[in-house]
Amino acid sequence: MRAIVKRANSRNTLVFWLFVGPFAIGLLLFTYVPITWSAYLSMFDARNTVTPTEFVGLANYIDILTDRAFLDSIGTFTVFAAFIVPTTVVLSLALALLVNQVTWARAFFRSVYFLPFACSYVVASLVWKMSLFPGVDSGIANTVLGWFGADPEAWIGTVEPPLYWVVLVTARLWLQLGFYMLLFIAALQRIPTHLYEAAWIDGASTGWQSFRHITLPGLRGALVAVLTLNLINAYQAFDEFYNILGDARGYPPFARPPLVYLYYTSLGSGGQDLGRGSAGAVVLALVIALATLLSGRVFRRPT
Amino acid sequence: MRSLARWTALVLTAALFLLPFAVLVAKGWPALADVFTYKEIPFARSLLNSAVVAIAQTVGQVVLCSLAGYGLARIPYRHAAKVLYAVVATLMVPTAVTFVPSFVVVSSLGWLSDLRGLVVPGLFSAVNVFLFRQYFLDFPVPLEEAGRLDGLSRWGVYWRVVVPNSTAFLAAIAVIDFIGSWNQFLWPLVIAQDSSTWTVQVALSGLLTAQNPKTTLLFAAATVSILPIILVFTVLQRYLVRGISETGLGGQ
Repeated sequence: MRAIVKRANSRNTLVFWLFVGPFAIGLLLFTYVPITWSAYLSMFDARNTVTPTEFVGLANYIDILTDRAFLDSIGTFTVFAAFIVPTTVVLSLALALLVNQVTWARAFFRSVYFLPFACSYVVASLVWKMSLFPGVDSGIANTVLGWFGADPEAWIGTVEPPLYWVVLVTARLWLQLGFYMLLFIAALQRIPTHLYEAAWIDGASTGWQSFRHITLPGLRGALVAVLTLNLINAYQAFDEFYNILGDARGYPPFARPPLVYLYYTSLGSGGQDLGRGSAGAVVLALVIALATLLSGRVFRRPT
Repeated sequence: MRSLARWTALVLTAALFLLPFAVLVAKGWPALADVFTYKEIPFARSLLNSAVVAIAQTVGQVVLCSLAGYGLARIPYRHAAKVLYAVVATLMVPTAVTFVPSFVVVSSLGWLSDLRGLVVPGLFSAVNVFLFRQYFLDFPVPLEEAGRLDGLSRWGVYWRVVVPNSTAFLAAIAVIDFIGSWNQFLWPLVIAQDSSTWTVQVALSGLLTAQNPKTTLLFAAATVSILPIILVFTVLQRYLVRGISETGLGGQ
């Protein structure tokens, strides 16, 4: 009997690894090895090489943490998040409520708002940079300003006040609102309708009252998801910054989010400093892991 | 009155959302044919590269990750919980942050400017494995047991019973993977250093950040680049919406 159980167990072990093995090998090779290797490289002088010999201890970490440009990149991310997160939450929820209330052509409007999800950041950058906000009088944004008698703006060229944020934030909003709207619509449809009926019978006369006491609490999970995903994605912003702000002359010294900084430090044309880039990657990964753990703790349901 | 306000808001917002597409097509239309004969950027080649990368990556991801997800959900193994933990732990480190170390590994494999370097590292998506596992945990056990009674092996049950009954979920993950793969930019920018391995996004970016970009050509190329994805999006939207609503996957 024991022998049979044992044989069944080892058979299951074999089958388990047949199913999971190919993926597990890949995960090991393309996630665990890079992370480990990167931690190793971060303690070496690894300029233009992946097999360095000169151990430098924590020098790369000290370098990067005292590098003004690295700290600025964290600052840039913070400003970007401060713009993008509240606008995304409010507008995608508004779209979801709007779409959810219509009975006719609902699928059509949902599709239209969701369509930009299929578009790449590169293509959106192109339209925003060359056509909506090109900084010439004939640009669409400047034409609209002209209707109201306002002067044209240079947009991505305007640093004081930093109008380039308008370009970056609206591009991302256009691309991602539909996706977050879908998350909210799914959550709205999970709220049982009898709650609204009960509230109506109990005398919740205004739409605001039932929104405040039924809809919002029902959306708690979706709100946390939208916030977290949105933050993680903003942290990893690269495509639209690189394509909107960068040009043939390179990238301007301002508005470099963490990944743009990492890209230019470790892989840019000015020499590949992989030791320093790896130290940066380790620091950024630690920051995000910590933030994930913390947000999990903060947002955990009280019940 | 309120209904009028609501409809005005809906229609105006819809117009605003469609405007960038309208601009793109209106400006690109006149030069659509020139895109493929333009000499300075190998655009046709980049389209082909993108197609190869996106298809290979979608198929590979769905196959590898669904297998792993099924194994983790259903096959009893002493250390399965530890393996799952090792998979989930990587979710805390987003792939974009690890592009420097991944670049190091890929360049030591000699896969720079090589389609393998574009495709292979992206195949092992921990998110997908996690979602497949969640999905297979809810798969009706009696169906699988019926298959076992009919004499099917574990593999037979997976291939003949589980997969045919999970096509909607598989399609949802596949569409999201395809769109993500076609639209990705940072990884191909880093890996495809030689223009013969550029994907369409890298080629577009090259045109856009060039000195004196040729506007009409640029818009035409961008129009061509979004056609396949709009097609996939329109045809498979049902699965896409379901996949996102149920899993929250596809956030970039």
